[in-house]
Amino acid sequence: MSIDKDKIKHVSKLARISVNEKKIDDLTKDLSSIFKFIEQLNELNTDKVEPLSSILNEPLRLRKDEINEGKIREKILKNSPQSNDEFFVVPKVIE
Amino acid sequence: MSDISKKTLTEIVRLIKKKEIKSEEVTQSFIKNINNDKKLNTFITNCSEEALNKAKSFDKNPKLNLLLPGVPIAVKDLFCTQGVKTTAGSKMLGNFVPDYESTVTNNLWNEGAFLLGKLNCDEFAMGSSNETSYFGSVMNPIAENTVPGGSSGGSASALAADLTPTTIGTDTGGSIRQPASFTGTVGLKPTYGLCSRWGIVAFASSLDQAGPMTKTVDDCALMLEAMASFDKKDSTSINKKKENYSQKLTDNIKGLKIGIPKEYRVDDMPKEIDKLWENGKKLLIDSGAEIFDISLPNTKYALPAYYIVAPAEASSNLARYDGVKYGFRSVIGKNLIEMYENTRSEAFGDEVKRRILIGTYVLSSGYYDAYYLKAQKVRNLIKNDFDQAFKKVDAILTPSTPNSAFKIGEKKNDPISMYLNDIFTVPVNLAGIPAVSIPAGTDNKNYPLGLQLIGRPLDEQILLNTAYALEKKINFKQSLNRWWEK
Repeated sequence: MSIDKDKIKHVSKLARISVNEKKIDDLTKDLSSIFKFIEQLNELNTDKVEPLSSILNEPLRLRKDEINEGKIREKILKNSPQSNDEFFVVPKVIE
Repeated sequence: MSDISKKTLTEIVRLIKKKEIKSEEVTQSFIKNINNDKKLNTFITNCSEEALNKAKSFDKNPKLNLLLPGVPIAVKDLFCTQGVKTTAGSKMLGNFVPDYESTVTNNLWNEGAFLLGKLNCDEFAMGSSNETSYFGSVMNPIAENTVPGGSSGGSASALAADLTPTTIGTDTGGSIRQPASFTGTVGLKPTYGLCSRWGIVAFASSLDQAGPMTKTVDDCALMLEAMASFDKKDSTSINKKKENYSQKLTDNIKGLKIGIPKEYRVDDMPKEIDKLWENGKKLLIDSGAEIFDISLPNTKYALPAYYIVAPAEASSNLARYDGVKYGFRSVIGKNLIEMYENTRSEAFGDEVKRRILIGTYVLSSGYYDAYYLKAQKVRNLIKNDFDQAFKKVDAILTPSTPNSAFKIGEKKNDPISMYLNDIFTVPVNLAGIPAVSIPAGTDNKNYPLGLQLIGRPLDEQILLNTAYALEKKINFKQSLNRWWEK
């Protein structure tokens, strides 16, 4: 798989990271060499191998969906870059 | 009393328990060193004042039956600490003050320890040299302008320079063991699930694991005992009873079977590493262990698989940094999408962006099977290699790293050569098994090098015992000229 500038632009859009033209060149170079390295895996035939899903050999524990620590809105909003008394505030979404 | 800060954790605990020293004296001795550490750049947040108050109140009412009574400890700035800034080495979390405490740090405080400060690390724990931190590179106390390894580089340097009696790090692909090897200290990555991940800033959740970094193996046993616990807040936490690693620690390893995997002998590895590895084998035989040649055939595929799995999980985990709920927000942008894009562009560093983009790409529509699924299959092959090996042997001995500490800037512009630092440490994370690095000697520059012992899942006691026996025989002594204080 070759990495070109258009792919970098597409992926950075998906990842919600804006990149300028200069950075796109650097990233194309870096990611190309990284993917060349990663693609060594194609030497291995894994057709009959199961993917690893858990290293603990036991299913994940589920918990009941219930409130254990309520009334923490104030604490949570404290770290927000912008909020009013009750909500996170973001730039206008609907015109 | 000779310089307290040079003592091991075990010795400090013993002296506090015997009431021969006070917590305040201990804390003062480390604060004195911290005030001289500017050139090392190990601390992001210094909690000396609060620590001193905690020490004084401990001395007024000492609880001596705990594991870490009155011990000040600085921790990697990836552990959330209630009311104390937690940055993960990133501009993104530059002002983040958690309102909760990570389970692992909470366990330490419940055993009588208290926070001395928050230690520098690679941004979001992504790096092998501690050069990706927004708060600047950390230097290795062994020599000026030398990296301490990463990502727990601040932790390793602070420990080696006597700025904290012990510390904790996290290890996703070698982030505890590689810096331990570079700084002449002991670092252990426990079995996945032994220490809770709750309250640790997430990097790659199926690989991340917290562990102790210490001056000696007995300190390591004590710290692991204090850190490990079942935690219902972490769905991958293992439900088992607490172990008394430090009480059970013994250097009697007679009859233990140790494997030497041929795949860890790589091209252009410095001769000294081979020599130390040979010496390690010999010393284990002297201790009564038996040595077996083994094969872990898929070793060379571990690092490529890691560079799919870890970035993929990182890209999902770091999607939460959107400038809305916490952390940095860009002021540029006409609408919500532009605000997201500019926030993430301005506040993530180059390495983090690189990994998010790799991860986003391998998970994007049409590529999942070719990359992520393939890597998870390879991961199973790697785990199977270890399962087969552990039918024949009780532990595996390898070098910790393919080289000693390098100069700041030396590998920064070549991601692959940086990634190759973790070639011996990554397979263990992919398989979820425990491993420990201990100092084994030095190279021709007099820089420390480590040996790694790898064990069966949840077999930390055997691992610690073997490391303990080896440590006694190696008798590694590090003398630093403390250039950073001049």
